[in-house]
Amino acid sequence: MNWEAFWLTVRLAAIVSTLLIAIGIPIAYWLTYSRWRWKFLIEAAVALPIVLPPTVLGFYVLVALGTRSPLGRWWESLTGHTLAFTFEGLVIGSLLYSLPFAVQPFAASFGAVDRKLLGASASLGHSPLQTFRRIVLPLSKAGLVTGFALSFAHTLGEFGVVLMVGGNIPGVTRTISIDIYDQVQTANYSSANQTALLLLIISFFVMSIVYGVNRRPWTVGPWR
Amino acid sequence: MKTSPALQAAVQTSPPAISSDLEVRIRKRFLNPEGSFNLNVHFRALAGFTIIFGASGAGKTTLLDCIAGLTDPDDGRIAVGGEDLYDSEKKQNVAAWKRRIGYVHQDLALFPHLTAEENVSYGLRALRSSERQTRSHQMLQAFRIEHLRDRHPAQISGGERQRVALARALVTEPRVLLLDEPLAALDRPTKSLLVGDLRQWNQHHRVPILFVTHNGEEVFALGDEVIVLDAGRIAAQGQPHEVMRAPRLETIAHLSGFENILDATVLALHEARGSMTCRLGNSPVELETPLVRAEVGSRLRVGVRAGDLLLATEQPHGLSARNILPGTIRRVVQRDVIVSAMVDCGGTEFEVHVTLAARDALGLGPGKKVWIVVKTHSCHLMGI
Repeated sequence: MNWEAFWLTVRLAAIVSTLLIAIGIPIAYWLTYSRWRWKFLIEAAVALPIVLPPTVLGFYVLVALGTRSPLGRWWESLTGHTLAFTFEGLVIGSLLYSLPFAVQPFAASFGAVDRKLLGASASLGHSPLQTFRRIVLPLSKAGLVTGFALSFAHTLGEFGVVLMVGGNIPGVTRTISIDIYDQVQTANYSSANQTALLLLIISFFVMSIVYGVNRRPWTVGPWR
Repeated sequence: MKTSPALQAAVQTSPPAISSDLEVRIRKRFLNPEGSFNLNVHFRALAGFTIIFGASGAGKTTLLDCIAGLTDPDDGRIAVGGEDLYDSEKKQNVAAWKRRIGYVHQDLALFPHLTAEENVSYGLRALRSSERQTRSHQMLQAFRIEHLRDRHPAQISGGERQRVALARALVTEPRVLLLDEPLAALDRPTKSLLVGDLRQWNQHHRVPILFVTHNGEEVFALGDEVIVLDAGRIAAQGQPHEVMRAPRLETIAHLSGFENILDATVLALHEARGSMTCRLGNSPVELETPLVRAEVGSRLRVGVRAGDLLLATEQPHGLSARNILPGTIRRVVQRDVIVSAMVDCGGTEFEVHVTLAARDALGLGPGKKVWIVVKTHSCHLMGI
């Protein structure tokens, strides 16, 4: 059992899913309430990581982080080293990879809040942002927990993007799923089994949280 | 109407609002299950109750949504006290949250995650928290829902929720109050209590209150002015007794459900029998009606459905019905399979609906002498 890889992965997943709350909420807000006619294109782009092979996504992220891209050069001038094959690079790749797993539950729960409540809030003098903070967010708790848990679990098990962007540097970018792969490659099956089982249990636990919080969805009220 | 001392207190501490007329002249396409309609209305509502009366799908809720700013009209103008809230010519459209228009939605739209008290104080965002608490407490007291303050909407009854919704809208001291069937789900005593609270509140605030209903009795109970909306247009407008009675407008009779709406004076109360005797208009015709809380000599209005009346060509005997009124048929009109006979009973005209077969069998026609049979419980009493 490679505890170094395990804690690295947990740290990555925790950072990514926390950042996705901050990034995902504004995106989901826009997707829910915008009336822009080309909105569907943005929706498709956000959903892309669900269907895209992780290697393809990882490849483009690698190119974007490399020293030949403006982002890579800017980061290098700032910190003195490149993003590719670092933990930070891994975070950026994982953010993109898990984005839809946060944004989609967020947007779904925002959209499920009865518009009449928004109208009532407006008639009581609250701006759309105040309404969002005091009505939509509290009523979307289940969606927020779901988005957080799904993006956490999804980052936990990622493989392709990590390999492309981070490589396989122990203590820096070697995550738990890559560790399992390495152990299988060296025919170390019992160790691979332990690690895989741990990942399975954690994933089941996280999904139980997701389905647990969604067991009783928020509605305007049971009297309707 | 008796009101709680707490309401008096709440009323006295809030400053009187400046009287502000509501002016509406808008057009808006809207959809209902029967297709697409054009809401096309032009009216002015003064301080006090204006009833918006119409069948479901007539455009009542669309109209309120436009005034509240939750829906944009296609064009026109909406102004309160001379201030434009919406003007398509000037390209002006004040956002809903800046309009200061109180709106109690048909579904109440209470915030399910907030307690009754938090719901009521929600609109007092701009105030200091101590002031906010005082004001919402007064409102809760005034609406007799103080004991529910820590409960969530799902934990209280329909009538209590209705009061929370009203209190939540009134506490912000809106310039206009829009009420979309706010009494629909309530029993009669609760209704009249709430109406009393509303009246009391408005005696002090003097703002226009648009009150949407499809219940004819509420029109009489509340209205200073009634606007009848039919398929997006104003079919009639005026004081309830003029609009609802004088013009035998088909939509109005249909909407109120009473083809016969008659002025009556209470002659005698028979408390033991649960009935009373009323005289119709200035005629000598007397009617036995169900007992309501009224005094001898007080004036009421009686609604009778044309389909609830019986016609006889000979004076009937041995009937349980208490009212048998002699009269003469003036006109007979056939509408589809219903025959509508206008019968004059000593100066009071009744509309009676009979079948084609009954008309032919009895030989009903102008000049025919008949007796109208009215069951006591077919007489629906409405206050003035």
